[in-house]
Amino acid sequence: MSILELFLLQIKIVLLFGGLTIVVLSLTWLERRVLGKIQRRIGPNRVGPQGLLQPIADAIKLVTKEDIIPESADKLIYWLAPIVVFVPPFVIWVTIPIASNTTTLAVNNMHLGLLFVIALTVISITGLVMAGWGSANKYAILGGLRSTAQLISYEIPLIMVAISVLILCQTTDLKEIVDKQNIIPYALYLPLGLLLFFIAGIAEVGRVPFDIYHAESEIVGGPFVEYSGAHWSVFYLAEYIQTFTIAVLTTLLFLGGWHIPFISLEENIVLGFFITIIKAYAVVMIIFWFRGTFPRMRIDQLMAFAWKILIPLSFANVVISSGIIFYDIPLIVLSIINILITLAIGYVLYNKFTTPAKIDAEEMLRKARNYKLPEGI
Amino acid sequence: MSDQQSLNSVDMLLNMGPQHPSTHGVFRMVLQIDGERVLDVEPYIGYLHRGSEKLSEGEQYAQIITLFDRLDYLANFNNELVICMTVEKLMGVEVPERAEYIRVILCELNRIASHFLFYGTMGMDAGASTPILYGFRDREKIQSLFESVSGARMMHNYFKIGGIKADLPSDFFEKIQWLLNEIKQGVDQADSLLSFNEIFLNRTRNIGIINSEDALDFGLTGPNLRASGVPYDIRKNDPYSIYDRFSFDIPIGDRGDVWDRYFVRIQEIRESVKIIEQALKQIPDGEITANVRRIARPPKGDIFVHAENPRGDFGVYLVSDGSDKPYRLKIRPPSFCSLMALKHMMRNAYVSDAVMILGSIDIVLGEVDR
Repeated sequence: MSILELFLLQIKIVLLFGGLTIVVLSLTWLERRVLGKIQRRIGPNRVGPQGLLQPIADAIKLVTKEDIIPESADKLIYWLAPIVVFVPPFVIWVTIPIASNTTTLAVNNMHLGLLFVIALTVISITGLVMAGWGSANKYAILGGLRSTAQLISYEIPLIMVAISVLILCQTTDLKEIVDKQNIIPYALYLPLGLLLFFIAGIAEVGRVPFDIYHAESEIVGGPFVEYSGAHWSVFYLAEYIQTFTIAVLTTLLFLGGWHIPFISLEENIVLGFFITIIKAYAVVMIIFWFRGTFPRMRIDQLMAFAWKILIPLSFANVVISSGIIFYDIPLIVLSIINILITLAIGYVLYNKFTTPAKIDAEEMLRKARNYKLPEGI
Repeated sequence: MSDQQSLNSVDMLLNMGPQHPSTHGVFRMVLQIDGERVLDVEPYIGYLHRGSEKLSEGEQYAQIITLFDRLDYLANFNNELVICMTVEKLMGVEVPERAEYIRVILCELNRIASHFLFYGTMGMDAGASTPILYGFRDREKIQSLFESVSGARMMHNYFKIGGIKADLPSDFFEKIQWLLNEIKQGVDQADSLLSFNEIFLNRTRNIGIINSEDALDFGLTGPNLRASGVPYDIRKNDPYSIYDRFSFDIPIGDRGDVWDRYFVRIQEIRESVKIIEQALKQIPDGEITANVRRIARPPKGDIFVHAENPRGDFGVYLVSDGSDKPYRLKIRPPSFCSLMALKHMMRNAYVSDAVMILGSIDIVLGEVDR
């Protein structure tokens, strides 16, 4: 590698780092504004126009805060944990392409890109467990243990769905995966896969309704409970980058990346960049919408959901996809099977939970109307 | 002998509160947990003790009303009603019709406000961030109506012995029509946002169950008792004030789980709206206060009066020695009894359930500690 190449690489990495920081700042602002709209309030609107400078003010405030290390903490592990959580999500971005024509807009587009991404996402779990253990706090330990169980379980459906995408496109190069969707995005062939990937992805980054390991109302922040200042902000930086990563991966694997569905365009790197970013932000918006709507699940329900529903379905997805590719059955069949399974699952869930509750509510009303004074009380 | 048997394992003691976000005030419970399972729970109260009972012995009757505002600080009018009724009954004072109607309207509005706050905190405990803002939005509208009536959002001191302090403002009836519409919309919104949400149902059904016999034994009252299937509401069973003039339903659950306790309260909001609508139709013109001496001196004797507060059966036992101050005053707070059943409800719960169960019994620590 010549010195010039090395220099170029360094510039690319600096640009990537800067870009991701801007993404995180914009996401924090966007989340608070969108949540404000959902909850009928305004959100940050004082610092700068429309409160746009609020994230910067927050960053300055967090960095200048005192960084407290508890007396009884395991100092090395406590200090190291944020770094272990923070580095992998950044490293993943080395290989994620954002746009492409003859060249690809990525620091280094690898042939084993998808494998690299999946392999590195797992490392962050270690950091959370370290944070939980190193804090020497009971809430933090509970959170650390919860995070291990949750993240390892949800890794499996995520990988299995990625494999069914690989079976369809027969490559692990993210750029080629996207280019194969230039007319029809995989979301239409694998709607169930998209759903599973998205749900598992949200669980992977620990957002509502899967924010179990830092549940504010139960274990008050989980592994992060003792952290403050810059260390704490590093955890949240990592969480927002992971959220964005999941959104971008959903875009690349299922929504056709920098292509517009059903329209074949002259490939343009600037236009492609904006198309990808807009799609990714749309996915992020759905995640924020979930945050404004859903309550949190319980840890055992979360595990049951992963092992009883998501994992069997994701395995079934792989088997069906590979069967259809192997026997050269038209892909429309795959899409129909997927839609049917999705509808069936939705119907079963609705029947299992919502219907009995509605019946009980009716019953409660009926009893209320037939109120009789009790005897002997 | 395996290694596991020789290892000495100790259950973890987790101290929740008094600074924990979901203990609803200053309440502490020590959970003995094995992993995520709660084996035992020990509640600790008394962080908000102000000695209201003892303080009352040194105050004149009119002054005690201000202390009662601060007991159950989410249902101030209901508390004021109880202490006023106690003294009036002992003195044999007849309260004018209009004052009774105004009292009932305000008490039912206060019940709605309290239940809206419950809906919000219940969502918060379950991990949803939106219900609390919606709950507060609707509660705030009620509070500002209270402000226009009494001059204060929470600590009203508006009822007095023999009636009320001042008549309603002239635009009250316009405002309350608008408010009732808003409340109805708010409840429907609550149903569609939280009540039938699959995750919420999963979190609340068959959790923290207490059956009707246990509920009676523990002395649960109010929505908590009715959720267990016991039809007991003082407004129907032992009507006070003018509650026997209205037709309304008493929602009753059957399992006594967290969801039943939640949904009974949501339904009660709708029933309270019915009561207010009827009261607004019937309210007469006339006097707002009976002719009583400014410094009330009830005759020698004792009396117990109770009423249906948003949280249950709120009672006052008053012993008078004929002077202008009570000889002894005992308060029967419903939240205290609910809290004592906590240990029973939390058998085999998870740590997450513990938070939901505590939220579902809807305690107010100001009333527990007094």
